[in-house]
Amino acid sequence: MQFFIDNFPLLREAFLTTLSLSLLAGLVAIVLGTLLAALRVSPVLPLRGLATFYVETFRNTPLTVVFFFIIFGLPQIDFSVGFFTGSVLAVGMYTAAFVCEAVRSGINAVSAGQAEASRALGLTFGQSLREVVLPQAFRTVVPPLGNVWIAMVKNTSIAAGFAVTELTASLQRLSNANGGEILLVLLAVVAGYMLITLPSAYGISRVERRVAILR
Amino acid sequence: MSAPVLFDLPGPKTRARIRIGTVIGALVVLAVIAFVLVRLAGNGQLDPQRWAVLFDPNSGVPQALGDALVATLKVAAVGMVFATLLGLLLAVGRLSDHPWVRVPVTTVIEFFRAIPLLVVIFALYFVLPSFGIRLSAYAALTCGLVLYNMAVLAEVFRAGILSVDRGQPEAAYGLGLRKSQVMRLVLLPQAIRRMLPVLIAQLVVLLKDSSLGFIIGYFELLRQARSLVEFFTPRFGNEYTFQLYVAAGLIYIAINVLLSQLAKLIDRRTSRNQKVGKVAAIRLPDEGMAAAPGASV
Repeated sequence: MQFFIDNFPLLREAFLTTLSLSLLAGLVAIVLGTLLAALRVSPVLPLRGLATFYVETFRNTPLTVVFFFIIFGLPQIDFSVGFFTGSVLAVGMYTAAFVCEAVRSGINAVSAGQAEASRALGLTFGQSLREVVLPQAFRTVVPPLGNVWIAMVKNTSIAAGFAVTELTASLQRLSNANGGEILLVLLAVVAGYMLITLPSAYGISRVERRVAILR
Repeated sequence: MSAPVLFDLPGPKTRARIRIGTVIGALVVLAVIAFVLVRLAGNGQLDPQRWAVLFDPNSGVPQALGDALVATLKVAAVGMVFATLLGLLLAVGRLSDHPWVRVPVTTVIEFFRAIPLLVVIFALYFVLPSFGIRLSAYAALTCGLVLYNMAVLAEVFRAGILSVDRGQPEAAYGLGLRKSQVMRLVLLPQAIRRMLPVLIAQLVVLLKDSSLGFIIGYFELLRQARSLVEFFTPRFGNEYTFQLYVAAGLIYIAINVLLSQLAKLIDRRTSRNQKVGKVAAIRLPDEGMAAAPGASV
């Protein structure tokens, strides 16, 4: 127990790093992902192609490789990012591809009558997307977006391999300790992740019930 | 709703606007590509001689990358086989009528689904040694992949078994089959066939995750590229760094695109098959990255 108390500051710091990494990456992912989804349904062909290419590439690339390119590849085109910023970018850009797919499936789920009606009222593509389709699409994709968020929180653990001291890295750092104590640290790390994922899962199901559309 | 519903058939003015938009969009995309290429060329990264090392057998690079590819595929193949088998076993266990089977199995599944894969791997690699069990990087990586993915696959199979029409097991019981026979002869064959696309999507995720071996020092593609870089740097400086990393990354992307295409092909074939019923959108709680959002589209 003493060991646990001694290392509490490190664990707390690690937990906060994981939390801020998740929140920032989540922000990047939701903004970029929505933008990509809008591009994927746009009438302009090169933009559609660009978004499709982005999604297919990132969905088929291991996240570790994305980290690699951002942290070791970007300096080759004269952009250097720190390890934390690089991790936010890597996780965010990777997750954006999955957010895009989720939002797009939501756009496809909005009934055609809605878009037809908004067109009949004379709304432009941008207006009908912004005012009519996307608000409904976001309501239906709350569960899949929630899944993406929880998977993303777990994916932030890969930043441990790139010099960011988050929860998983603290486990590695403290692993020289003796048996019983390291088990305690392992439990603390697992509990740290659950402290984020379990309330998220609960909140998501609450939101889902609140915003559900009865059809 | 398909995309064209979102906009009217364009009239002459809109067509002109879309054409302008197309040109501008294409120019922006080209400008980004050109910018990256110019920067790379400015740093001398596009020098053909720098890329030649990847194909020159005398440098030992192709052999090393080949070995690494084999190492990656070895971990992935072993992981895929065991994760699928154990996943099947756990799925059946979770549907058992006996609480003393169901409860522990459910606990195991939920536990491994809740924690990040890298934590499982670290626990096997860094924590077990304090209890006197020392695993190699290969064993820790494979075991981690198996433990994590068997839990995910168990849920996939369970969803498949539950999606089989209720009349099927009822008819089988009516014919006098035992519980194990109903599961083995009636439910599992139909469930596996239905879940094949999701199963393959998850196996692609497993292959992708084998790149985590990089972090614990297993010589898969990324780690091998890294060690080649460390080998070359003292002699040539940073001459080949970028090229080696790009090569490793491209090999990963190529394998995964191939597997994803295979998944799409099988998906199309099974959806044509009349015998395979429709599965209502399967929700894989907190495995959003695997298949839930994208695969259904």
